[in-house]
Order: sequence, then C-alpha cells, then structure tokens
Amino acid sequence: MMKTKVLDAESFRRTVTRLSHEVVEKNKGVQDVVLVGIRTRGEFLAHRVAKIIEEIEHTKVQVGILDITLYRDDLHGRLDQPELKSTKILFDIRGKIIVLIDDVLFTGRTIRSALNALMDLGRPSMIQLLVLVDRGHRELPIKADFVGKNVPTSRGEQVQVAMTETDGEDAVYLIGLDEKESAQ
Amino acid sequence: MKLQSRHLLGMEGVRKEDITLILDTASSFKEVLERPIKKVPPLQGKTIVNLFFESSTRTRISFELAERRLSADVVNFAASGSSVSKGETLKDTARNIEAMKIDMVVIRHAASGAPHFLTRVVKANVINAGDGAHEHPTQALLDMMTLREKYGTLEGLRVCIVGDIVHSRVARSNIFGLKTMGAEVSVCGPATLIPRNIEELGVRVYHRLEDVIPHVDALNVLRIQLERQKSGLFPSLREYHRYFGVTKAKVDRAPKPITIMHPGPINRDVELSADLADGPHSVILEQVTNGEAVRMSVLYLIGTSN
Repeated sequence: MMKTKVLDAESFRRTVTRLSHEVVEKNKGVQDVVLVGIRTRGEFLAHRVAKIIEEIEHTKVQVGILDITLYRDDLHGRLDQPELKSTKILFDIRGKIIVLIDDVLFTGRTIRSALNALMDLGRPSMIQLLVLVDRGHRELPIKADFVGKNVPTSRGEQVQVAMTETDGEDAVYLIGLDEKESAQ
Repeated sequence: MKLQSRHLLGMEGVRKEDITLILDTASSFKEVLERPIKKVPPLQGKTIVNLFFESSTRTRISFELAERRLSADVVNFAASGSSVSKGETLKDTARNIEAMKIDMVVIRHAASGAPHFLTRVVKANVINAGDGAHEHPTQALLDMMTLREKYGTLEGLRVCIVGDIVHSRVARSNIFGLKTMGAEVSVCGPATLIPRNIEELGVRVYHRLEDVIPHVDALNVLRIQLERQKSGLFPSLREYHRYFGVTKAKVDRAPKPITIMHPGPINRDVELSADLADGPHSVILEQVTNGEAVRMSVLYLIGTSN
C-alpha cells in the first residue's frame, strides 16, 4: 500500500488561510455569512476558517455543525449503522449565506444529504461549498465554490485528511493500491 | 454499531452496549425535537402499524409522533370496533396486516408474550409497547434516559420502584434494564403487591417507604390500579396513601433531594402527592419528552437495520 503526503502541515495552514480569504472576497465581507461544517472534520475546518476570518475582518462569524446521518441515501441494510450525532446549528439560517464546509469532495452524495438537511432547517439565501480536497469522481451534479487542493485520484484510492483535533497532525494523504491489489 | 436484535421485545437480555446505543441515539434525536420543523427522513417509505389491543393514550401518541417524525407511513389499529371484536385471533389479525406489506409492528396486548408470538408469524420488525404484566421496554428506556441525563451515568445509581410491582410491566423492564446498566435497584410496596422471589432478580425489597428513602437517589412511583383494591390486595386507597403514598413529608427526611419519576397517568394524592409531582425534583414531564426521543431512536435503529 502506498501512502503519499499531498499536503503537509504548513501547506495545510496556507490552504485554509487562502480559502478563508476567498470566502471574504467572494462575499465582499462577511455580512450574513455563516459557516456550517459537516461532522467530523468539516466541523474542525469550519472553526479554523471562522478564526482566520475573525483575524482579517475583525468580525465573528457564526459556526454550526451538521450531522447528515438521517439524510444519507445508504442508511438501510448496512452491516454497520453510522452513529447518529446531533446537529448543532443554534442560529436561524433563513436569509443567510451558508458556507458549507467538508474535508473531501468525492461522489457528492454527502453534500446532497447536507443540502437536504439544511433546507429542512429553513430557507437560506444562498449555499456555497468549501472543501479542502476535491478528488473527482462525482456521481451527482455538484461543484465546490472554494477548493483547497485538487487531487486527481483513481476510484480505488483513498484520500485521508488528518487534523490535529482528532489525528494529532494536519496533513492530507493519498493512499494508493499497490500493483498486486489493483490487479485484483 | 448495530443492535443485536431486529425486534425490541423486552429489556431482559438486552446487552449493555445496545442500551447505550439506544440512549445515545435518543439524545441526538432530542435536537430534532427542538427544531421548528420536527421531521427527518430516515424511515421514508417504511410502513408501521400500531396494533393496540389495550387502551393507551400517551404511549400510542408518543409512538405515532415518533413514527411520523421519522417520515414513516403510519396505520393505527385499535381493538375496539375492529375485527378483533368479531372474534378474529391475533395470528389472523397479524397475518392480514402483513399481507398489506407492513415493515414494522408496534404492539400492545394484555397477554404477556403476545409480541414474541408475533415475531413467529410475521416477517416485520416487532416492537413491544407493553404486554400484560411482562415488559414495557420503551418505558424503561425513557426512564433510564431521564436518569442518565440527570446523573450522567446509571452505574451505581440507587433507584427504588414503589407500588404495585407484581402487576407492573414497567417495574420488570426497569429492573432488567437498570441492573444491566449497573444501577442498584430496590422495590417497595405492600407484601401482596410484591412478587415472591423477586430478590432473585438482584433487587432489595422494602415494605416501608421510611426504610428505603434514606438510601436512594430516585423513586420511580408506579400508578396504583384502582381495580386492585376490589380484589382485596390492599384495604383502601386512603390506607395505601398513608403507607405507600410518596409525600413531601416522607421524602424530606432524605439527606439529599430525591428525584421523583412516574410513568403516568398519576392518581394525584394517592401514590404520589401533588406537590411532589409538580415540585422541583419531579422529572415527570422530562420523561414524556424523552419517551418520544427514545421511541424515535428505537424505531430508527430497528427500522434501518434491514
């Protein structure tokens, strides 16, 4: 199994800083902007983006946490049920610009679930999507507004995002199949 | 994580990790109940029938709300005015309902073991909403959830169940569940209403409230069925109240405040005094809210398992 580091801690930090600036630039400030992170690593990313935005704009942006378990399209008949955690969005999203944040954009199914979950909470004026890594292979017509890094992958490869909050370091790894595995 | 069984028939034999999963999931569902739109989609396309052969208001409403909030399609069946009054057997009722392509059955029945019987004749998932004097698992789960919210853990918690233990499915389910979770359980009531050999379940027996009150964190006060008086199991409601009625004067002798629980409906000033039921240490309405969250949790975990 091959494991390649595609982002180290320094470039991870720069990437999140750039993404935060892009959010401010695109929305011409942070008026009506709120951040919603998808559990688990999207939540940590959202808090980091909020901190950087506060430093550059001197305004606090609100951060919510979204759990998409109840909206998954593969909920039934799994051998292992995904653990249900709660959504914590303690503000009204009506009329807000939501920046939805996740670590990896892959098939787009997680984002589809997240969009439905958000719509059930109210009618935001706009939803934008921010991801740290876009690895391709979309199965739904979904595109991110802010992308940290495009990582071309094959379907069998894995992208692993590590964050200090849970994994002890900030890094992005590409885990490839070795020749023997990919031949199978 | 996944529950071991595809039915919920009782608390007896349910593993500790399964109870914890149900309670953790229920805590997450409480957030859904705080939303302006209290509806989520996980059971979309599932059909659930509520088979209530015994009258019930709050359990049936609580199950029905939980089912609808998970986006299931719901059919209600009450024994009175149905084919049952024309002499249909439980087996035929169940098979007919199954022929209508039902995914889950919630059943309440006066006969102990009716839900277990149902699992042998239908393919649907079965949830016991109370069978005779046997079990009422979702009530025990909501009681445990309420206590866990208040104390953080059930391990070592001292709970006394007061009243008519012998006829109570709530008592049995609570004893099984609480013991599995590591709580210390006792029962208190007149000797005529305490089952013989109940100590074998690992509970202590008291016949005087005054003896148990100094040693408990919570009292789960059961409803006294008025018809038990007619069968001579206790002399009068007044006498019952005097000896086993939970009152402020009695609990005030405890070294620290005792949490008051009741599965409802309350006979005010019979088994429980009104000032305690409405007092600061009563968690009776939290029990009702948690009941909905717990039922959502059970329906969700079982309904998405196959």
